[in-house]
Amino acid sequence: MIDLDGIAMIWLRDLLRFFRERSQLLGSVSRPVLWLLILGTGLGAALRPGVHGTSAAAGESYTQFIFPGIIGMSLIFASIQSAISIIWDREFGFLKEVLVAPVSRTSVAVGKALSGATLAVVQGAITLVFAPIVGVKFAVFSALTLVPVMFLIGFALTGVGILIAARMTSFEGFGTISNFLVMPMYFLSGAIFPPVHLPEWLYILVRVNPMSYGVDALRATLLHRHYFPLPFDFGFLAAFAALMVAIGVIAFTRPE
Amino acid sequence: MADAAGRTIVVEQLVRRFGDFEAVKGLSFEVEKGEVFGFLGPNGAGKTTTIRMLCTLLRMTSGRAFIAGFDVRTQPMQVRRSLGIIFQDPSLDDRLTAEENLNFHGMIYHLPRAERRQRITEVLEMVDLEDRRRDLVRTFSGGMRRRLEIARGLMHLPKVLFLDEPTLGLDPQTRSHIWEYLLRLREESALSVFLTTHYMEEAEYCDRIAVIDHGKIIALDTPEGLKQRVGGDIVTLRTDDDAQMERVIGERYAVTVRRDEHGLHFEVADGETFVPELLRTLPRKVLAVSVRRPTLDDVFLKLTGREIRDEEASALDRLRSAVRRRQVRR
Repeated sequence: MIDLDGIAMIWLRDLLRFFRERSQLLGSVSRPVLWLLILGTGLGAALRPGVHGTSAAAGESYTQFIFPGIIGMSLIFASIQSAISIIWDREFGFLKEVLVAPVSRTSVAVGKALSGATLAVVQGAITLVFAPIVGVKFAVFSALTLVPVMFLIGFALTGVGILIAARMTSFEGFGTISNFLVMPMYFLSGAIFPPVHLPEWLYILVRVNPMSYGVDALRATLLHRHYFPLPFDFGFLAAFAALMVAIGVIAFTRPE
Repeated sequence: MADAAGRTIVVEQLVRRFGDFEAVKGLSFEVEKGEVFGFLGPNGAGKTTTIRMLCTLLRMTSGRAFIAGFDVRTQPMQVRRSLGIIFQDPSLDDRLTAEENLNFHGMIYHLPRAERRQRITEVLEMVDLEDRRRDLVRTFSGGMRRRLEIARGLMHLPKVLFLDEPTLGLDPQTRSHIWEYLLRLREESALSVFLTTHYMEEAEYCDRIAVIDHGKIIALDTPEGLKQRVGGDIVTLRTDDDAQMERVIGERYAVTVRRDEHGLHFEVADGETFVPELLRTLPRKVLAVSVRRPTLDDVFLKLTGREIRDEEASALDRLRSAVRRRQVRR
């Protein structure tokens, strides 16, 4: 069922296209700048110090507080882009070339999830370059722990994307659904406000959002603090990733 | 590879239903090794549905099919490996170069690296695109893209090549250019070619043609054999009173006369001697007359009572070439 040639081809092609397309690279650089500069500075100025649950003693600014969330956002965008490329390939015919080849659809979907996760890591790493600028210090060693975290988040989100793209035939439909998912997922992840002292209903939404645990794990590595137990973060993410990619593969391989 | 009888495609009672609609209604046919076999019919006749089933992209509702001796239903991977396909709509990645498109194709058809490199050069030379090897496909014209797709379809040395409307949306000059490649290919290898078309000129290149309408084969023969069914030459005549002459000619020569806005049309055994005789004896003034050999258009008209390129078809064609243009612009 799993076919290495098929997985390798999908993966290589997506990476080749990403690095060839300047606009995508530019987007992954400019997006974090925008959020850090405008949201971080603007909202940070409006908030009284300490309100956002930062450790005032350590002198953590709001911009620093949202930095792990901005990385999370880069991962979300990267995964969505990856899923959109499936619809794009269907619309413009290339998907047919792959589906008629002697490789299983499972390997096509797995290749896609892997390339989505890889590109998420790449774009997350690009965002990481801004860490010194906003004053987030982390050891080279912790950058190494960031990679699997980012990969896991990217893998899970691309799985969601494949699941949607498998059943979606138009860009418009995909846009609606992903807006419906992406924005809440981001806002409810603890990326821009800490997941504490919230009304019950909001807290429940934060706790069922897999992205909360991704952001929490990123924050643990970058700012050395977190709101949920770390093993729980990883466990939830890994289980969610496995489930999403599995369902994504099933949706993608269902015959016509 | 072919089966013992040298057949590369064997189709028995192939059926495909979409809900209540039966798109393909029990097709049976065989294609021999080295044969160019055409499916001729209007849009919506079931041509693409048949190809998609034979290529394992669509499940068959019932029936059996074998490609290069492999069962389409139970051995899909072997079937896929044995066939090359050029889809109706473009399917290249235009953000990649010609070489990259071919290389990725080679990868998913499990060709080792060295063999990929060698085959890329061979197929690019075959379609005269060797000098565009490292250019992005988005810089290619429609005809060049089609040639590259043909090269790609042949890269893994398939036993059967499927072409779904290979020249749809291309201008006549490019179309005949594409056919030069296909005909050369047919001479150079023992490849079987299965193509669908609704262009009559294109069907003329086939060794045998199945005329398909409403999901059924209504005739299967060589182009010559099909034309002989029309019965003779086609005479087209315009007079100053077509309505009356329709009756006169029909009665006098015992032929079926069809009248439309272009005049009167009928078949006679020997048009060249018939027309002078007709002109001498016809009571009304003849404004224009022509005699021609029957074409496959006439065959289709005779078999179905309809023109193959009806309004619906040309509207779809326009849509398709619009999609093509959109692709090129992207």
